[in-house]
Amino acid sequence: MPEFSTRFTRRRLALLVPLLTAGLTITACSAPGTEQTTSGDSDAKVSTELGTDPITLEMYAETGFPLAKALADEFTKQHPNVKFNVREDQFTVIVENAPRVLSSDNAPDIIRLPTMVDLVKDGLLKNLDPYFDAHGWDKFPASQLVQLRLTDGGAQRGSGTLYGMGLGYSVTGVFYNKKQAEQIGMTQPPATIAEFEDLLAKAKAADLLPIMQFNKNTAGINFPYQALQNQFGDASQIADWIFQKPGATFDTPGSLKAAQTIEKWAKAGYFPKDANAIDYTAMMGEFQKGNGLFMFNGDWESANLDKNMAGDVGFFLFPGESAGAKHVAMSAPNTFGVGAKAKNPDAAAYFLNWVHTNDKAREISVNVGGSHPGGPSDLALPAVGDGTVLAETLKASQQLGADNGAVDFTANATGGIFAAAITPEMQKLIAGQQTPEGYVKAVQAEYEKELSR
Amino acid sequence: MTSALGSVPAGPGTAPRPGGADPQRPVRLHRKRWGRTARWIGWLWVLPALIMYGFFVLRPLVLTVQYSMYRWNGIGPARWVGFDNYLTVFTDRDLLKIISNAFILIIFFSFIPVALGLLVASLVRRITTGPGGTLVRTVLFLPQVIPLVAAGIAWSWVLSSSGLVNQVLRAIGLEAITRPWLGEFNTALPAVGVIGTWIMLGLCTILLVTGMSKIDPSLYEAARMDGAGPIREFFAVTLPSLRQEIGVCLTVTVIAALASFDIVYISTSGGPGIQTTVPGLEIYRLAFSQRQVGLASALGVVLMLLVLLCVLPIQRLTRGEKP
Repeated sequence: MPEFSTRFTRRRLALLVPLLTAGLTITACSAPGTEQTTSGDSDAKVSTELGTDPITLEMYAETGFPLAKALADEFTKQHPNVKFNVREDQFTVIVENAPRVLSSDNAPDIIRLPTMVDLVKDGLLKNLDPYFDAHGWDKFPASQLVQLRLTDGGAQRGSGTLYGMGLGYSVTGVFYNKKQAEQIGMTQPPATIAEFEDLLAKAKAADLLPIMQFNKNTAGINFPYQALQNQFGDASQIADWIFQKPGATFDTPGSLKAAQTIEKWAKAGYFPKDANAIDYTAMMGEFQKGNGLFMFNGDWESANLDKNMAGDVGFFLFPGESAGAKHVAMSAPNTFGVGAKAKNPDAAAYFLNWVHTNDKAREISVNVGGSHPGGPSDLALPAVGDGTVLAETLKASQQLGADNGAVDFTANATGGIFAAAITPEMQKLIAGQQTPEGYVKAVQAEYEKELSR
Repeated sequence: MTSALGSVPAGPGTAPRPGGADPQRPVRLHRKRWGRTARWIGWLWVLPALIMYGFFVLRPLVLTVQYSMYRWNGIGPARWVGFDNYLTVFTDRDLLKIISNAFILIIFFSFIPVALGLLVASLVRRITTGPGGTLVRTVLFLPQVIPLVAAGIAWSWVLSSSGLVNQVLRAIGLEAITRPWLGEFNTALPAVGVIGTWIMLGLCTILLVTGMSKIDPSLYEAARMDGAGPIREFFAVTLPSLRQEIGVCLTVTVIAALASFDIVYISTSGGPGIQTTVPGLEIYRLAFSQRQVGLASALGVVLMLLVLLCVLPIQRLTRGEKP
């Protein structure tokens, strides 16, 4: 037996060596990856005509959000020569796949985008500036598209070249259960953070769950955290940090105070005891079952809540420290971009323009997507039913626009910040395994690590 | 490590025969040449498999080692960094904790299932040879057949704060220790381990029961005549005879523990914090979400070496000739 096994090993070695050598010589000669050719297509001729030739637009959209498909269907109805081939994935999957899909020969024309910085650095996205001029997007409020601009080579976000458009522009805030609000004597949305905390305490005393929030897989408690951070600190500092402006830091007194408040709320039992074991879907289910007075979330759930809790849900923007404070809220376009290798970029841009300006498309954006449709400020908003939460989120969206208080999500600051720092550290913070000071420093440390790469 | 590759029969019998050496010579030469060609024809037969193996196993392996020397986001230009990525793997506190998590899982994936498996196997040995044997074996093996993703989802329900475990605890008056088992810092990793134990127990039991059925009954008889009780019998006869089966169990389960991914990804996604993050999950995150292909590859290579480091001694200890 032993004799046999040594012979076996020797033979196998004799086989492995040439194979490994062959493998090495085939593959190990050159460094992986490709040198980037800069896409100098900003002066390229573009067309605003759709034409009549039959074409198929490749679209890569997010599962669970029927808006993109609904808009595509309506577009085909109005322009029968344009068909859509829609591929859908979960958002996290798109985040992982986007670079590879965009660099393939079969790149999508229209793609739901995660953070754009890396994609622009790798030259995978179409420069939309020529279309901006051709379609006259200068008539849109400038703030609408500011999050979608990047300086040359993707060094900074917030200014420079346009690389995406929104299929709806969402706003976040606080949904509340009207019946439970009545039970604790809340007659109108809180005007200050102090009032909000007062309501939390009342709910706790009444044996209700004050805030239903998920914190498994990704940190849902980052919603209330950033809502507080927006008010305690200077919102423009947060925006600078997200846009990777030089010198911007997360380590500010406002961020720390927000972390201390979250710690306080967690200790007081305002979040579910097992928040770290509740994911997004579970949170939505629990809130709709009536478990939770408040839920921090975005208007993409408005249509859904109107259907499942008709008349029982309200919405307000998170208040400031004083009653007259300017509203600030996380608000981001549902970003879609055009692949640099797209076969029909003109038609894709035509579609994006149509989404913002066509009456029917705007109506779909609001009723299916639940979000503000964007577009020129002089275009009227589509009508929505009175007393619906959709009407409230839409109103909040306009209010936020008037206050110029939209900030992006801190989770979008870099490609890895959410998974590598915010989520695990937030899970630790609410479980008492991390201090507020430690939380703020850990997030900043990961940010610096990623930017230094 | 048995494979068709190694099973080419050793040359034809060459026992020397007295006398008649001369007429033997040409025949033997012929035979030898034939034997050699046959050996090469054998290689030809396995060539398609070898090409697949080379392309899908060896080539990625070599590429991974190569990538681990670069700083690369998977798309853009790569920068040569030598062994920097390995240095990060061995100095980053989080990565070290993640690697240590995998070693803690070995207790739950390997040691407990093998120990329990021995116990269960001794108990059900007689049943499995009887009429209900197939049923017992099927029930024991069921966790292996269920996809790990489905098992992960089912267990995350069982262990949730309103799940079966907590319901039972409440029913028997242990309300005080109910908790979200997968969501709390101190219990998350053991809870994930319990899922692993459940999955691996069936495999180990079946292997051990099969091994026990091969033990010569006369050994037991002899032991009993010498006055051994059931416990003595177990340690004197059963355990030594099962050495090779235990070796297989340990090898398979240790690899499953160190390379675990599905159960952890589904039940906790590595949370809370990085309490249950294992190397497999971190490699995937580094490569696809944080786009650090170089560091992910380095961690992958380290993981492979760790698996070999753990498995080779087990092989050596349990494979050798019985004393």
